[in-house]
Amino acid sequence: MTDAIAVAGLTKSFGSTRALDGVDLTVRTGEVHGFLGPNGAGKSTTIRVLLGLLKADSGTATLLGGDPWRDAAELHRRLAYVPGDVNLWPNLSGGEVIDLLGRLRGGLDPRRRATLLERFDLDPTKKGRTYSKGNRQKVALVAALASDVELLILDEPTSGLDPLMEATFRACINEERADGRTVLLSSHILSEVEALCDRVSIIRAGKVVDTGTLTQMRHLSRTSITAELAAPIDLAAVPGVHDVVAEDHRVAFDVDNNELDAVMRRLAEAGVRSLTSQPPTLEELFLRHYADDLVSS
Amino acid sequence: MTALTGTGALLRLALRLDRVRLPVWVLIIGTLPAVTAAQYQELYPTKESLDQVSGVISNPSLVAINGPLFAGGSIGALTAWKVLVTEVILVGLMAILTVIRHSRVEEETGRLELLRAGVLGRHAPLTAALLAAGSAGVAAGTIAALGLIGARQPAAGSLALGAAVAFTGLLFAAVAGVAAQLTESARSATAIGTAVLGGAYLLRAVGDAGPTWVSWLSPIGWALRLRPYAGERWWTLGLVTVLALACVAVAFVLAGRRDLGAGLLPQRPGPARAEPALRSPFALAWRLHRGLLIGWVIGMAVWGGVLGGSAKGIGDATLDNERITDLLSRLGGAGALVDAYLGAVLGITGLVVAAYTVQATLRLRGEETAGRLEPLLATRTRRVRWALSHLAFAVFGTALLLAVAGAGAGLAYGAQVGDVGGQTAALLGAALVQAPAAWVLAGIGAALFGLAPRLAGGITWAALVLCLLVLEIGEILGLSQWIIDVSPFAHVPKLPGADFTVAPLLWLTVAAAALAAAGLAAFRRRDVG
Repeated sequence: MTDAIAVAGLTKSFGSTRALDGVDLTVRTGEVHGFLGPNGAGKSTTIRVLLGLLKADSGTATLLGGDPWRDAAELHRRLAYVPGDVNLWPNLSGGEVIDLLGRLRGGLDPRRRATLLERFDLDPTKKGRTYSKGNRQKVALVAALASDVELLILDEPTSGLDPLMEATFRACINEERADGRTVLLSSHILSEVEALCDRVSIIRAGKVVDTGTLTQMRHLSRTSITAELAAPIDLAAVPGVHDVVAEDHRVAFDVDNNELDAVMRRLAEAGVRSLTSQPPTLEELFLRHYADDLVSS
Repeated sequence: MTALTGTGALLRLALRLDRVRLPVWVLIIGTLPAVTAAQYQELYPTKESLDQVSGVISNPSLVAINGPLFAGGSIGALTAWKVLVTEVILVGLMAILTVIRHSRVEEETGRLELLRAGVLGRHAPLTAALLAAGSAGVAAGTIAALGLIGARQPAAGSLALGAAVAFTGLLFAAVAGVAAQLTESARSATAIGTAVLGGAYLLRAVGDAGPTWVSWLSPIGWALRLRPYAGERWWTLGLVTVLALACVAVAFVLAGRRDLGAGLLPQRPGPARAEPALRSPFALAWRLHRGLLIGWVIGMAVWGGVLGGSAKGIGDATLDNERITDLLSRLGGAGALVDAYLGAVLGITGLVVAAYTVQATLRLRGEETAGRLEPLLATRTRRVRWALSHLAFAVFGTALLLAVAGAGAGLAYGAQVGDVGGQTAALLGAALVQAPAAWVLAGIGAALFGLAPRLAGGITWAALVLCLLVLEIGEILGLSQWIIDVSPFAHVPKLPGADFTVAPLLWLTVAAAALAAAGLAAFRRRDVG
C-alpha cells in the first residue's frame, strides 16, 4: 500500500523564524497517525503545507499521491480538515456551515450528518457568532466526519471539547479507522494519542525527533524497575542503567530496554525477592525528548 | 470599585492602539480649514473679488451641496462654507469608527471578556471609547480653530468653526455609543452609525435646497447654523450638547441592561440546513455581502432621489451663470447650469459609492485574517475562484449602486421637468461612467491583497481619501494637473454636460483589470493565513 502522506526534509521560515527545520513524516494508508508536540513545535505549519495553504521553502511533500501545492483543489476532494482554531461566519448557522463545507468538498452523507449532530449534541440552528469554542469545533468535526473522504487531517480537534464529547470523538475515530480511512491527528493530549493512534511522530522545534509504533518507541526507550533483593547491589556503573536510588535491599532505577537482559541477570545473581517493572508511558517518552527544554526553562 | 474603575487604563490602551490612525484623522480634519483659508486669501485678494464669488455661491445648486453661505464678503465665511460640511462628515466618521472599534469590536472578538474579568468597572469600556473618540474630535476642532486664527481670521468665527467640528465629533461618538449597544455585530453597528450620519447630510441638503425647517432636523444643519464668521449663533451648540448627552445617557442605560456580548436587537436562530443554492464560493459571497449591498442600495436610492429632486430651483437662478458653472466644473460638473450641477453631484456620488467598492474589495483580506479562508481552501475551492466571487461584488455591486443613484436622480428630476424617461436614461448613464474609476480602487485593493496583504486595508482607504481630497480642494490648492490626474475620478467624462468619450473609460477599466490580475496572480503564489 502506498503512503497517504510522505514528507521529507520540509523547511519553512517566516521571516527569521524557522518554523519547520527538515520535517520527515510518513502516514501509511489506513492508519491513525498521532502527530505529537507542544504549541509552536510546527504541527500546524506542517499541516498547512500539506493543505497547500503555505508553500514550503524546500523539501518534498506528497499527499494522496499528489503535490499538495500544485494539485490542491483536486486533492481536497479526497480529504477533510478540522483546523485547530475554528472560525465561523458570524451570520451563518452551524447547519449551514456544515452543509456548505460538505458541498464544497464534494458532498456529504445526510444520514451521517444527522447521527453526528445527535452524538455530538450540537444545535445546528445557532448562528456562528453565538457558538462557544467547543461548539465551533463540533461544527467543523461534524462537517469533516460526515464527508465521504479518504483522509482526515485533524489539528488539535478536541482542545475545546468536554470529556464526554472527547469520548464520542474517540469512538468516531475508531469507526473511521474500521472504515479504512486514514487519519492524521495532531495533538498535545498524550492520553488521546495513546488511546487512538497506531503510530506516532513526535515533533520538536520544527523537526520530527521520533516516529514509530508505541511498542517500537518503548523498545528504544527505558523501563522503570523497582526490586527488593536478597543482598545490596551496586548498579551505578552498569551500562544502560540510569537514575539509581538504592536503600538497603531495595533498588529503583531506569534501564535502557536493550540492556534489560544483562541487568536482569545481575539482579538474579543478587537474589530477587520482589520486582515490579513499568514500561514507559508516552508521557515519559515525550518528556524525554523535551527534557533539555524543561531544564533550560 | 465603581462602574468606571479602569477607564484610564482602557483609554490609554485605545490611544495606544490608534496611535497612527487617530493622529492622521485629526491632522487632516484640523488643517483643512486653515489651508483652505490661506488659499482663498491668494485667490480673492480684493473686496470686489470676494463679493463677486459670494454672490455666485448663494446659488441653490451649491447650497444643496455645501449648505448656505451665511455672509458674503469675507474669507472666513467663504472658508466655512467650503469646508464645514466636509469637516463635520469626516469628524463624524472618525468618531463612529473609533467608538465602535473600541467597544463593539472588542466585545465581538472576545477581547473585552478578558479585560472585564480583571479589575474593570461595568461602564469603563464604553466610557473609554467615548473619551478616545471625543478627545480626538476636540483635538481636531482645536487645531482647526488655532489654524484659522493663525491664518489671520477673526477669533470668534475661528473658535465657532472649531467648536462646530468638536461638538459634532462628540455627538456622533455618542450616537455610535448607542449603535454599539444595539447589535452583536460590529459591522451592523458601524452601518447604523454611518446611516445616521448620511441621513443627517441628506436632511440638511433637502432643507438647504428647499424648506429650511428640514435642515433644523439635522445635526449637520445645526453645525452649519452656528454660522462661523457670519454672526455666530452659539446657542446651536446647546442643541448639539443636549442631543449628545441624551445619546450618552441612552447608551449607558442600554449597556447596563444587557449581557456582555449580547445586543438589544434579537438574535434569531438560523436554519438547521443550508438552502440547496448555498453550494459555491459565489453563493457564500452573496450571503456575506448581501446585507451591506442592500443597505447601500436603499441609501443610494434615497441619495439619488434627494439630490436629483434638489436640482429643481437651479434653472431659475438669475445670477452670473458662467461663474457658477465654473465653480461647479471644479467639483466635476460641466456644461449648462443644471447639467453642471447634476454632473457635480454624480461626481460626488462616484466617490461615495467607491467607499462601498473599497469595503467589498477588502472583504477578501477580512475573511483571510478572520481565519475563515483556511477551511474553504481545504475544500476543492480554488483560490482565484474564491477571490473572484468577492471581487464580483466590488465590480457589479459598484455598478448597481451607481445605477440606482443615477436612476433615482433621473426619476426625481425628470418628474419635476416632465421628462422622466429621458432624464432617467441620461442620468443613469451619467452615473455609470463613474464605475471604471471606482473599479480602479478595487484593482488597487486586489493588487495589494495579493502582493502586500498587510498593507491592503490602509493603502486602499488612503487612496480613496486622496481621490476625495483632490476633488474637494485640489483646484483650490492650485495643485499641479499631474497630481489631480492621479485620481481616476479626474478622467471620467463630466456627464451629462460634457461630451461622452469612451477612451478614458476603457483605459480605466483596463487599468483596474490589470491591477486585479496582478493581485490574483500573486495571491495564487503566496502563503495564506
